[in-house]
This record gives sequence, C-alpha cells and structure tokens, in this order.
Amino acid sequence: MDGRGALRHYILVGLGFALMVAALYMVFIYVPTDKNTGAVQRIFYFHVPLAWIGFLAFFVVFVCSILYLTKRDIKWDVIATASAEVGVVFTSLVLLTGSIWAKAAWGIWWTWDARLTATLVLWFTYVAYLLVRHYVTEDSQRARLSAVLGIVGFIDVPIVALAVMLWRTQHPGAMIFEGGLAPSMLATLIVCIAAFTVFYIILVTQSTRLKNMETDIRDIKNSKID
Amino acid sequence: MTTWAIEVEALSKSFGNNRALSDIDLKVGRGEHVTVFGPNGAGKTTLVRILSTLSKPSTGMVRMDGEDIRSDPAKIRRRIGMVSHETFLYDDLTVYENLKFYGKMYGIPSLEEHIHEVVSQVKLESRLYDRVGILSHGMQQRVSIARAMIHSPSVMFLDEPEVGLDPRAVIMLRDVLESINTPERTVVMTTHNLKQGLEMGDRVVILNRGKIVYQASKGDIDMANFPEVYEHYTGTAE
Amino acid sequence: MKGSVGKIFTIFWKDILLEIRTKEIITSVLVFALLVLVIFNFAFEPETATMGLVAPGILWVAFTFAGVLGLNRVFAIERGNSRLAGLLLCPVDHMVIYWGKLLGSFTFMLAIEIVVTPIFLALLNLPLLLPRLILIIVLATLGFTSVGTLFSALAINIRARDIMLPILFLPIVVPVVIAAVEATVVVLQGDPWGDMLTWLQIMIAFDIIYLVVSTLVFQYVVEA
Repeated sequence: MDGRGALRHYILVGLGFALMVAALYMVFIYVPTDKNTGAVQRIFYFHVPLAWIGFLAFFVVFVCSILYLTKRDIKWDVIATASAEVGVVFTSLVLLTGSIWAKAAWGIWWTWDARLTATLVLWFTYVAYLLVRHYVTEDSQRARLSAVLGIVGFIDVPIVALAVMLWRTQHPGAMIFEGGLAPSMLATLIVCIAAFTVFYIILVTQSTRLKNMETDIRDIKNSKID
Repeated sequence: MTTWAIEVEALSKSFGNNRALSDIDLKVGRGEHVTVFGPNGAGKTTLVRILSTLSKPSTGMVRMDGEDIRSDPAKIRRRIGMVSHETFLYDDLTVYENLKFYGKMYGIPSLEEHIHEVVSQVKLESRLYDRVGILSHGMQQRVSIARAMIHSPSVMFLDEPEVGLDPRAVIMLRDVLESINTPERTVVMTTHNLKQGLEMGDRVVILNRGKIVYQASKGDIDMANFPEVYEHYTGTAE
Repeated sequence: MKGSVGKIFTIFWKDILLEIRTKEIITSVLVFALLVLVIFNFAFEPETATMGLVAPGILWVAFTFAGVLGLNRVFAIERGNSRLAGLLLCPVDHMVIYWGKLLGSFTFMLAIEIVVTPIFLALLNLPLLLPRLILIIVLATLGFTSVGTLFSALAINIRARDIMLPILFLPIVVPVVIAAVEATVVVLQGDPWGDMLTWLQIMIAFDIIYLVVSTLVFQYVVEA
C-alpha cells in the first residue's frame, strides 16, 4: 500500500469506527424502545442496513461482472469476488437477525414470507457463485464463468421478488416510507446504514488487497520454481 | 493482397497470471508447411487454438489472408481445418452421419459427392456406414482428417495428430496427411515427432516456454544433427 | 445470419439422432421422473383429499429434478473427443450453437413430460388431457431449458459438475417453479383462466429475459 492508499485506508477505518460507535450508542441508548414489540425491535437497526448493503454488494458483483467481460481486466473479477463474499456474509446475518426478530414478534423462527424467501433464494444464488469459483482452478476461466453467473444471477432478483411477492407476503416492510417511523428511529437507521456502508467498503477493499497479495505471492513462488 | 496466409504479430496469451505465449511473431506463406516443435507445455496447443479462433489472444494480432481473425471469426473458420489428437467425432453416429453433420454446419453444396470424395481420400469407403465408436483409433483419426477436409479448407492445423496412435497407425496417418498436404494448402503442424515433423514441414519452428526460440527453413537444417539442436533449445530430448 | 436457422436445426437433428441411437437421456430421465412421482406417494398419504393439495407440487418437483438430470447430459454429449471444439470451429455464430442445443434439451424434456403428465393425472383420477396444463408445461420447460442449457455448457468446465449444475440451476428457476405450481393448482381445481394469468405472465417474462440474456452471454461460457 502506497502512502496515499494508506492514508485513505486510515481515514476510512477512522470514519467507520466513529460511525459504528455512534450507531451502537443510538441503537442501544438514544432511541426509545418500541411500544409494540419491545426491545427486540432494536435488531431492526442492524437487520435493515445488512439487507440493503447485502443487496448493494450483489449489485456491485453484477456491475463488476459486466465490466470484466467487456474490459477483461482481472481487477474487476477480484472486486466482484470480494463483494460476493461480503454479500453472502451480510445476507446470512440478515436471515439470522430476521429469524431472531420473527421469533419475538411473530412467535416463529421462519415463515415463507415473500422477502424471507427472496433473500433465501438470493443467498443460495451467491453461495453457488462462490462454489463455482472454488471449483474452477484456472484464473481467467474462473473470472469468465463467474462473471456470467454474476449477471445471470442478479437479473433473477426482480423476477424472484415479483414471484414470491405474489405468492405471499406478511413482512412489515413499507412502514419506513409511510411515515410510520419516528424521527429518532429514522435518524438511528440512517446512521446505521452509513456505518454499515463504510464497513462494507472497508471489507471489500481489504479483501481485494488480500487477494491481490495472494496472487503476487503465488506468482513469486512460481517464478522461483521455474 | 498480401502473400501471407497467416501473420502473427506480437502475440501473447496469459491464463490469469500465467504466460502461455509471449511475443510470438510468425509469418506463414500461402501453401507453406510449417512444423512447430516443442516440449509439453511450450504453448503449441495454445498457439493453434488462437490461430483457429478457438481462443482469444491477450495481446497482439493474428491475420489470415490479410484479415484480422477477430473481425469476423465465422468467416475465418470457413477457411480452417483442424485435426488434433481428439477427433471431434460422435462415437454413436456413423462415419457418414458425422461427415454429413459437419458438412451441413459448413454449408457445403453437393455434400454427398464431397463426403464420398473425402472418405476415399482417407481410404475408408468400406466403413462409411459403420459407427465411429467401433472403428480403431487409427481409423477414427482418419475419419477425423476427412472431417477436417469436408469444406476444403485453405489452411490446415494439425495439432499433434499422432498422439495416442500405435506405430502402424502413425505410418498410415502420415501417408494420409501427406496426401492432403497439397502445395496450395497452408499447413501448420505441431508435433513431438521430430522425424515426421521434419519430413512434412518446409520450415521448422521450435517453441519453448511460450517463446519462439528457433526458426529455420528445411534446406538449412542438418537433419542428422537436428535432435541435438532441439535439445539445445528446449533443454529436453525428444 | 443466412443459414443460421438451418444450422440450428442441423445441431438439433444431430442430437435427436444421437438420442434415437443411445436413448440415454429420455429413458433414464423418464424412469427417474416416474420414480419421483411414486416416491412422493409414500411420503404423503395417498388419499384423494391430501393428494389434491400436494399434487401440483409433486408434479413440478418431479419435472424440476428430471430437468436437472437431463440438462446435465446436454453438453456432456459434446465433452468426449473435444467435440465442443469441433462445434466451435464451425463457421457459425456461437448463438447458433446455444439455440441448437436449447432446441434439443427443450424437446427431450417435453417428450418426458408428455409421457409423465397423463400417468400423473391418471393416478389422481383426473381427465388425462388438460390443455391449460400443456400451456403451463411448455412455458415452464422453456424457462428451465433456456437457463439450463447455458448452465449445462458452463458446468462442463468445472469440477464436481454433476452436483454444481443443480446448485446453480435451482435457485435461478425458483420463479418458474412457483409460477408453474400455482398455475397448476388453478388448472387442477378447475378455476377460471383469469386466476392463472399472472403466473403465465411471470413465466413468459422469465422465458424472454433468460432467452435473451443466455443468447448474449453464451459466447463467454464457451470461449477460452
């Protein structure tokens, strides 16, 4: 990492740390407890940002996949992988936090609600994406095939969403936009989304750097053997 | 109109960070027969795959009859025939059905005549209606040559055609290959077999670790000495 | 583009001819699909009341898994002797190869469904010919094979391809499975056309989107 890169990295980490502390403060101390569902509602401030950033991560995979196929620069493939990995972790956490909340609010761990189902399908799609990467050994072939998956998988999202929405829905979704959320709650949510966005960027840049280093090390080792 | 059948300029191919070919420059004249030697992993197959549009170069340019092969690959493919150690044939179809399938894919007019013509060239008339799967490996390889000839290509790539064949089949194959190596047909052959490669090539190229390390016309080569030359440039005996 | 349609049919006819010779795909997948139907009869009480509710699901589980099995073979045919290289060397656009193979997989799957569906309906004591069900089957099968043919070509390049194809394929076709099951429920209950319209629309949208996208990205799957 050169000087400017390092500086940017430290600024990002500092910002992320500050935002995360602020988010924790707001979620657990500042924001009042929800009248209807109680303390468990606070999980919402983690659940929603994770879901949004998870989705953003898969969108980044989609964009990087198109860029890889058009530009053939391995850089896009590395970013796509990093983003897919973070996306899968975030989506797993969405399913987990959602389950915890559902148990408290609805009395059940899981229900075949539209968003739950769509999120689960999304999770499977990108786990498959990562598995394919694992099963292809040659770099450019792996980049090419997974880019195709990154595109084909993402365009499925709206169709899946539509299909499961018509199938069934009971998710407490739209209240954010219908003014059902108190100003303090909205402020907390926004800070949480900002914190998780910065967190996502840090994870992807770090993971990208790590993957580039792994490639460099492998190349150095290979050139020694030759 | 250029006189070169194939022009390769500054061609490189990387698989990820692995360089399979670096900075290849090669010109093949119309009707010239070039033999490419090289140990396993030298990049021979990669080179042939790129020349035949199966694989895209990372950098550099390939022209065929003066045309960039990437501009209209389908048009270029019409001029190319390929015989590799894999036959591209369907074991459960007959020789006739295989040839008919490939002939139709190339859009050959008066296909029936053509099929009989190429089959007689490889001397397999009597096996025309047998399934390919029951033929010997050597015969299958001859069917494969007939398949590659079906559209009368002006450029023929022979990618280690003798691999996996027994010595008798190799001799037979060589006779068939020589019969198709007409002066007007450009041929690029890769092989391990120094003797056969020297016999069939007008010019010889040695590829090692993705680079051309040696080039000479047949007239300039001391045949008896060639195995040592090969060893010198590749570090391996044949 | 001249002659492309003819070459699509040349590839298609070649696959049909191979299938007539070997009977590899249709026989094995057909037996598999029938077995799924039978096994489900053990999993659920085969009483008319419950069967009416789960029957559409059973039918589409059978078709989905049979589809995966069949799709695995579509490009496996081209693996031996580097036949795929032979195909790619032909002077045609790669789209032609995609459509040729798609037509083959669509036909094979449809052939299996034509046999399985009447048997399934007979087991439920329903009329053997339900025109609306045929429409659903055609639309869903087109959806399955449009993306399945692409994934079949992709899977031949990777290790563990037999298991990877279903892992890739199943999440993507979830909308088709949902729509096909729901539309089949409408048909089996004898409800009006209007009730299944939305589901038909979803399948049509899926078919069009994946036919277009697969046609466009197929070249990236087969190049090297």
